[in-house]
Amino acid sequence: MKAITWHGKHDVRCETVDDPEILNPRDAFLRVTSTAICGSDLHLYDGYVPAMKPGDVLGHEFMGVVEEVGSASTLKKGQRVVVPFPIACGRCYHCGKHQYSACENGNPADKQDIGREAYGEPVAGIFGYSHLTGGYSGGQAEYVRVPFSDFGPLVIPDDSIEDDKVLFLTDVLPTGWMAAENCNIQPGDTVAVWGCGPVGLFAVQSAFLMGAERVIAIDHFPHRLELARKFGAETIDFEQTKVYEALQDMTGGIGPDASIDCVGLEAHGAFADNILDQIKVSTFLGTDRGHVIRQAIVATRKGGHVSMPGVYGGFIDKFPIGALMEKGITLKTGQTHVQRYLQPLYTAIAEGKIDSTFLISHRMGLEDGPEGYQKFHDDQDSYTKIVLKTGGLKAAA
Amino acid sequence: MSDRHLIRERDDAPITAARDIEPDRALSAESVTINRPARELYDFWAHPTNLVPVMENIAAIETIDATRSRWTVRGPGGHEMTWESVITKQVPGKEIYWQSAEGADIANSGRIEFRDAGERGTVVRATIAYDPPGGTIGKLIAKLFQREPRIQTRRDLHRFKQLMEAGEIATSARNRRQRDARDEDQSATHELEEQPA
Repeated sequence: MKAITWHGKHDVRCETVDDPEILNPRDAFLRVTSTAICGSDLHLYDGYVPAMKPGDVLGHEFMGVVEEVGSASTLKKGQRVVVPFPIACGRCYHCGKHQYSACENGNPADKQDIGREAYGEPVAGIFGYSHLTGGYSGGQAEYVRVPFSDFGPLVIPDDSIEDDKVLFLTDVLPTGWMAAENCNIQPGDTVAVWGCGPVGLFAVQSAFLMGAERVIAIDHFPHRLELARKFGAETIDFEQTKVYEALQDMTGGIGPDASIDCVGLEAHGAFADNILDQIKVSTFLGTDRGHVIRQAIVATRKGGHVSMPGVYGGFIDKFPIGALMEKGITLKTGQTHVQRYLQPLYTAIAEGKIDSTFLISHRMGLEDGPEGYQKFHDDQDSYTKIVLKTGGLKAAA
Repeated sequence: MSDRHLIRERDDAPITAARDIEPDRALSAESVTINRPARELYDFWAHPTNLVPVMENIAAIETIDATRSRWTVRGPGGHEMTWESVITKQVPGKEIYWQSAEGADIANSGRIEFRDAGERGTVVRATIAYDPPGGTIGKLIAKLFQREPRIQTRRDLHRFKQLMEAGEIATSARNRRQRDARDEDQSATHELEEQPA
């Protein structure tokens, strides 16, 4: 089959690799129809995520048609399904608490050592996202093997709902939703969102749906800020404006009630701490560039919430732990418990309450994936979201 | 200084986590919580041949009689080692003690406990004492090959958890060829009866 494979920093290829097979009873074998490149895939592309191996198949946002099932799968051949990015068993203690991204039963035991060393506990299995998260082949491919297929995937019953409308249930839509949920939004609240990529834009929509009175969106890409404005957000372009000063003034000197860091470990911008972070990362003295999370904690009002859906992988210094403590900030974060939100968000899409397709800027064939990575990386203003279609672009029409 | 500073009472932590434990003393303990009843887990473990897919390095387990079984492991460099294991004590649903018989390649003894943990299921704790092959050097070699017993025990317990909770042992291989190349011990993943979610 054709698949997008990782070979090193800024080196992804479309290659022919051997097909997946059913290996475990709960597996399903899918023919992928649509798959997206996620902002967090750029962290892999930029070489920020350790434990990648040359030849790894990328992609954790994908959907497709069931071609074959294992003996314990409840899916049926021909069903269209959307697959959540965390691989969760549905039967362990964490799954029982609906904390699906904490499930350990999808990450092979011999792969759990890395997470235990790095974080004290192993992380969940994730498709196409390094051997820290299991080393699974991802869905930027013609076919994919899906474990726990009786539990995770959501069957799309309505054939009239096209792929592009439901594809983002796999990750970015639930991630934006959970990010807003983690803000404990009360009527009248002002929420500041750093980063107007797909997660940030869904967080903007979600925050309004949860009752926020104002959302302030922060980025430096004009097109992305324009999209945020379309959903009713006020905007701050950090290249024009001092973010902390603006937020203070725009909130009557109180600060936003909640802040959401939808950027993570690769913050842009020529800020002093960012430049220091970049030097440290390039000389292996640090791993993550933490400008946004620092600024969010300092800007948020006393007693407010900071929600951090952006990916961090290692360490940052100059962490404003004093501000966090002295202001009594609640910090909430974590990989998204996607399975928890699939059904309600599917309903919201079907009822037209959430616009799930606005952010798609480009559709390409799977074989153009490497070009897609490069464009997405180099031109984030016009490339907000790329969806790859198997079977060439005709399938996209 | 009063005398009470001279005698420090032992704390409540397991001895296997003590700071002053001899570094080359091959005693280790690992715990895992499994969301299944203790009795079910005990029953599985009480039949040693069940453990072949769970244990990464076990090449074969043959039952000799009700308490004795013969274990063959893959050691460093593909070298096979074998011993006879004897169950010395069993408390049904609660614990199993074993000891290797005289003349074992790797003399070992241990205990596996199953403690009811209410709505979380069962805490399974394995305590293992062993004489590594060739003493300290043998252990160093074993470490190089990631066959260090403590890590091995932890991985084995987590495979056991996966099998009992999820009904299968996770593999991230894409297909059989990749699985075999990775030398994962998954060939005989057991299919369990349907479990309530």
